[in-house]
Order: sequence, then structure tokens, then C-alpha cells
Amino acid sequence: MRVESNAPQGDGHHEGHNGDREDGLHGAPNDRSASEHAVAPDGLTDARGTSVSRRVLLTGAAGVAAGALVSVLPGAAVGQGGTSAGASTPPPAPSRVPADPGSMLGAPTSAQGMRAAAVNPARVPVGAVSGSSRSPLGELTGTITPSDLHFERHHAGVPALDAATHRLVIHGLVDRPMEFSVDDIRRLPQVSRTYFIECSGNGRAPFKSPKPETTAQAAAGMTSNTEWTGVPLATLFREVGVKREASWFLAEGADACHMTRSVPVEKGWEDAMVVWAQNGEPLRPAQGYPLRLLLPGWEGNINLKWLRRLELGTQPWMTRWETSVYTDPLLGDTARQFSFVIDAKSVITSPSFPDVIGTRGWRPVTGLAWSGRGRIARVEVSTDGGASWHDAELSGTPQPKAHVRFQYMWNWRGEEALLLSRATDETGQVQPTRTALIDVRGPGTDYHFNAIVGWRVQPDGAVFYHGTT
Amino acid sequence: MRRHLSSAALVLLAAGCNSPAADGDQSPAASAAPAVPAALATFERYDAAAVPGGPGPGKRYALGTAASTSVIARWNTDVGAQGTELPPGKGSVGEGSALYTSLCASCHGVGGVGGIAPNPPLVGRDSSAEGFRFARDPQLTKTIGNYWPYATTLFDYIKRAMPLATPGSLTDSQVYALTAYLLAANQVIADTTTLDADALRAVRMPYRDRFVRDDRTGGPGVR
Ligand code: HEC
Repeated sequence: MRVESNAPQGDGHHEGHNGDREDGLHGAPNDRSASEHAVAPDGLTDARGTSVSRRVLLTGAAGVAAGALVSVLPGAAVGQGGTSAGASTPPPAPSRVPADPGSMLGAPTSAQGMRAAAVNPARVPVGAVSGSSRSPLGELTGTITPSDLHFERHHAGVPALDAATHRLVIHGLVDRPMEFSVDDIRRLPQVSRTYFIECSGNGRAPFKSPKPETTAQAAAGMTSNTEWTGVPLATLFREVGVKREASWFLAEGADACHMTRSVPVEKGWEDAMVVWAQNGEPLRPAQGYPLRLLLPGWEGNINLKWLRRLELGTQPWMTRWETSVYTDPLLGDTARQFSFVIDAKSVITSPSFPDVIGTRGWRPVTGLAWSGRGRIARVEVSTDGGASWHDAELSGTPQPKAHVRFQYMWNWRGEEALLLSRATDETGQVQPTRTALIDVRGPGTDYHFNAIVGWRVQPDGAVFYHGTT
Repeated sequence: MRRHLSSAALVLLAAGCNSPAADGDQSPAASAAPAVPAALATFERYDAAAVPGGPGPGKRYALGTAASTSVIARWNTDVGAQGTELPPGKGSVGEGSALYTSLCASCHGVGGVGGIAPNPPLVGRDSSAEGFRFARDPQLTKTIGNYWPYATTLFDYIKRAMPLATPGSLTDSQVYALTAYLLAANQVIADTTTLDADALRAVRMPYRDRFVRDDRTGGPGVR
């Protein structure tokens, strides 16, 4: 079986320390390949009527593994997953669909909705407390990531915070040092905006050593896109009276590492928010409950969760998360620091490994594109490995700093094909090849992997990751 | 017109001046930086008059309460690059070595060589990994000695985040001692050193000058 090779990889912040050491729980792949046998006999097919046995095996098994892992993780009880068959509970066994479901009374209404029994998209948790879990991009459609499937990355576990007692303190170069309860913040004018968050380590392992058996989840699942609701940071800045000489602020979390990052004050006035809700409900614990700093378009780590303090000052603090990690080595024997903005990027999510395309004929080649600098202007798709490129359709109006879905209709006639996507944002930045990134930044480049990637389709319909562009 | 943030911030940093954040239009950096597409969200003018019914321009909602000195002091323990906030206390390399063995080695390995993922190595000045060649060779291992730009970061991080499961359990003198031990093991300071606020402020890390600001600006080309 091929499924075991979808080894979970952390966002690998310490690969730079340890070469290609895997950053994860090594039991996970075995758990999943063991559990595939429990899922396989149901022989599920997907809505397209094509065989996706590899995907069904993988996702069903991943859910089981996730459930097994979660039981040993501190904070798992308050993690995401909640009511759905997501990462924190083992998925229910797929129930047999009766021959004529309409001939009997259906299930009653419920307090909290469940996914269909045969649908079990799941994150793959990696690492106990300094860990990550990725959105299952290959199983999601549209642009909104369900909250329980938004990727996670945290450095000291998910803290159990009480919104009733939680406070946000703002001090330093301000006229009025203030303390805000979550209720105070909810009483300020509310704004809702849809933004992606991408970890700048997204795709590190497949960038460094591309392997054919890589899912879209493993290749790019540390980006997610949701609607965030909160107060503009500018409103809080006005309430406390940020002094004109303030040029940087420090944001601090209430988690066990008390994470701190320095942010230019200008971003605070521009589009930063202090959010308390996601997709219409209060933030989930793994996403920062009760308060999160949202810096649209900027690398995931600086969208600081469990926000408890903002200090206004005149220079960056040089915290561990902006020196030891989240800095990008460059050729010339330097390292780029404060590399906040996410570059233009795209990934095809369908077809993708472990799909097997069972039927020839038309199908959409579809995926997601995003840029931290604004809107996506164009996505091109190639089915011949980049020899020719074709404009894809962008569904809806691309929003700034948000995922947009693209599609290109493709008539597969059973030939070997190499599917690639290439995004261009409104600044004119074009997604580069992996070779171009390595030429400019060096093979040891460690964050902001926005290279063109894709999928090789074999004549037998099997789809494999292609990262060596 | 809004300025392009990352390049504007870059220019301001390079000039060593402060950002006139509330009215960025007037900055001399504005002309040097590309314009942000007009449709980008900005809250700079989203003041107390922006939402109907609000108190009006120049006013506040006056929610929240004044933060007392003690409330601020409880969390305001950060130590920045200059080390001005460093607290009283002191600790020697020898004291730090003993503390490291009992509190840290279980995860970070004897002598700081690193443990099972995700426990990173802390110590290492292997000559093959000197010269900050990390972009050229992905196999090189980053350590405090061959990578970190500021010694004060070590104090700040140990104090706020370590030991992993019991953060905040160390006294300031213990943090000085552990900082001293890790700097000595990384051949940054002598084995006989005792660190206090002044001594730590004076430590200069070997590769401090290798960190450069972000020069990616969007637009065509790869940086
Ligand atoms: C239970 C295991 C554990 C113990 C005990 C522990 N650490 Fe850590 N330490 C970690 C982990 C895990 C990380 C990485 C955290 C992350 O991913 O953000 C880390 C990170 C660090 C770092 C930052 C390394 C880098 O390169 O960025 C330093 C410095 C550090 N620890 C010092 C200490 C000291 C000093 C002690 C003893 C007082 C200690 N640690 C005890 C697990 C531990």
C-alpha cells in the first residue's frame, strides 16, 4: 500500500537544526496503515463515481490515528474538533446506507450537527506540545476552511483560558495604559473579514525532499481561510492613545511559552484586528480563544493566539520567534529577518495524491491561490509540465489576502500528464519554480516556500506529487 | 494613498526613525515605496465616527479600565535586544551547568546536543557549521552560538518559556546562570563568567551582523 508514505511532517521548525530529521510522532504512519484495513472493506466511492479508494483509506485512517493520538495530548480536551468527526474524536464507523433510505423515518434533529458518516476529513496532528496539524486541502471545496479543520501550529500546547477572566493589557508608549476584558472588546464596533493564515513553514518537507506520495494536506495544509470577526486594532490604538513616537509593538500570548512577536505599528493601523470569532462562533481554543491578533497576509506565527498583552515601543524586541526561528537564511551568508508577508502561491487540490482517476473524460483541475500582498490576479494551469499554460477561472471575486479557488477544465484521455498551477498576484508577483527559489535563496532556505508544485497523473490514473519544478 | 507596508517599514527601519503611524501619508518613505492597491482594507480612518451612532470623530468609546502599575508589571517581563529591562540577580557558568543537568538535559541532551524531536540542540560550534552558511548547506545545524544574534533573547526566552512544562518556575538568578552556561558552552563567553544585567548587556553574539531586513516587495522577480 502507498498510504504509509504520507508520513506526517511537522512544520519542521527545527529541521534547520537537524538536517532532514522528521519532526513528528513516529507512531502515526503505522497507526494509519494499520487502521486502513478497518476502513477498506466498506468500499466507499466518492460523489464523482470514480474510485478514490486510496483517498478513502488515507482519510478514514487518518481520523482514527488522530483520535488515538489526541488521547495522549495535553489540552486535547479543549482542542478543536468539537462536535464534528474531526481530529479530536475518532470518526464514527461508516454506517451502511439502507437500500431505500426514504422508506423509513430519518434521524431526529440534533443539538450540534455531524458530518455525514462517510465524510471524515481530518487534520493529522504531529508533535505533542510543540506541534502542528494540517488542513485536509484535498478534501475541501470552495474557499472557507471549516473551523475544526483550520490548521494548528503551537509551541507549548493549547492553553485552557477562561474568557470571563481573560484580559488584554495595552501599555508602553500610550497615553492611557488600559486593560480590556473580552466583553469590553466585544462591545467595540465589530468587523468581519475573510483572510487566509499560512504558516511560513508550510510545505517545508516536500520542498526540501519532494516525495511522490505526498498529499495536498502534507504539501500545503498549513494554510487555511476563514471569516474572522473582531475589533480593528486601530480602534484599540485610539482608545489607549498610541503615541506618535511608537513604531513597533510587542504582542504576547497567554500560552505556556508566552509567545512574543514584534510588529511594526503601521500594520496595526492598517488592517490588523483583535479577533474573538471565526466562521460565526467564538474562536476555538486551538485558534486562540478568547482573543487572537490577526495580521492579514502575514506569516502564521505572528497572528498571535491567546493574546494577553500589547506593549508599544520604538524598536523590535528580538524575541526568540524572530531570531532563532522564522528567519530565512540567504545566500551571501545572511538571514532575512521580519519576513512577514506571504508571497503569491497556489496549489492544485484536485486531483491530488492519493486519488486514482478511474474515468477518462472531463474534470476540473481545481485548487487554491493566495497572496499576502493583496488579491490574486491570475492563476494559470499547465497539464504538460509547464510546456504550455492556460488561464484558469477564478471563482467569484478574489478578495485581498484570502484564498481564491481556481478551476481549469481538463479532458483526460488516459495519457501521462503533469498538472501544475502558477499564481500571479495584483503586484505582479509570479509564483516561481522551486529551482528559481533555490537559485535565489539557496538550498537551505527555510521559510516562505511558494514554489510551483503539482501532480503527475500516470496512464493508470494514479496521481502523485510533483515538487521538483 | 497607502504606502506599501513592508517596504515602507523597511525604509523607516533603515533610516532609524519612527513611524508616523497615524498619518503615514507624510512620510518621506512614501515616494520611495510602491503604492498599495487602493482597494486594500485599511482601518486608519475607521475612527469613532465610522459606525453610525458612534461617539463621533476624535472621540473614544471609553471601554476598558485603566491598567494599574501592578497589572502591567505582572506580565511586563520582556527583555529587549538592548537589555535595558534586565532584572537584578546574577548567576555563574558553574551554577548554570548544574541547573542545566537537573532541569534541561533530559530534553536538550547532555551538554545541549539536542534530543528527540522537537527538542532542539542548544549548543554547537562545529567548525564545519561556522560562517553562517545555512542557506548554502541545508544539513548545517543551527545553534545558539552559530546563529542567534542577541544574548538577551536567551535570557528572555528561558525566563518566559523554559523548562517546557514548568515555565516561570526559575528565579532570575537561575535564568542568569543558565544563560551563562549556554553562552559558555557555545564558546561565546569564558567558563569563569558570572552574568548579571551589565555583564549580559555587554555580550556580543558572533553572528549578530548577519541578520538583514526583508527586501521582498512583491512585483516581478524572486527575492
Ligand atoms: C520537556 C522538555 C524540555 C525541557 C525540560 C526543557 N526544554 Fe527547552 N525546549 C523544549 C522544546 C520542545 C523546545 C522547542 C519549543 C518550540 O518549538 O517552540 C525548546 C526550546 C528551547 C530553547 C530555544 C532553542 C532554539 O534554538 O530556538 C532554549 C534556549 C531552551 N529550550 C532552553 C531550555 C533550558 C535552559 C531548559 C532548562 C531550564 C530547558 N530548555 C528545558 C523542550 C524542553
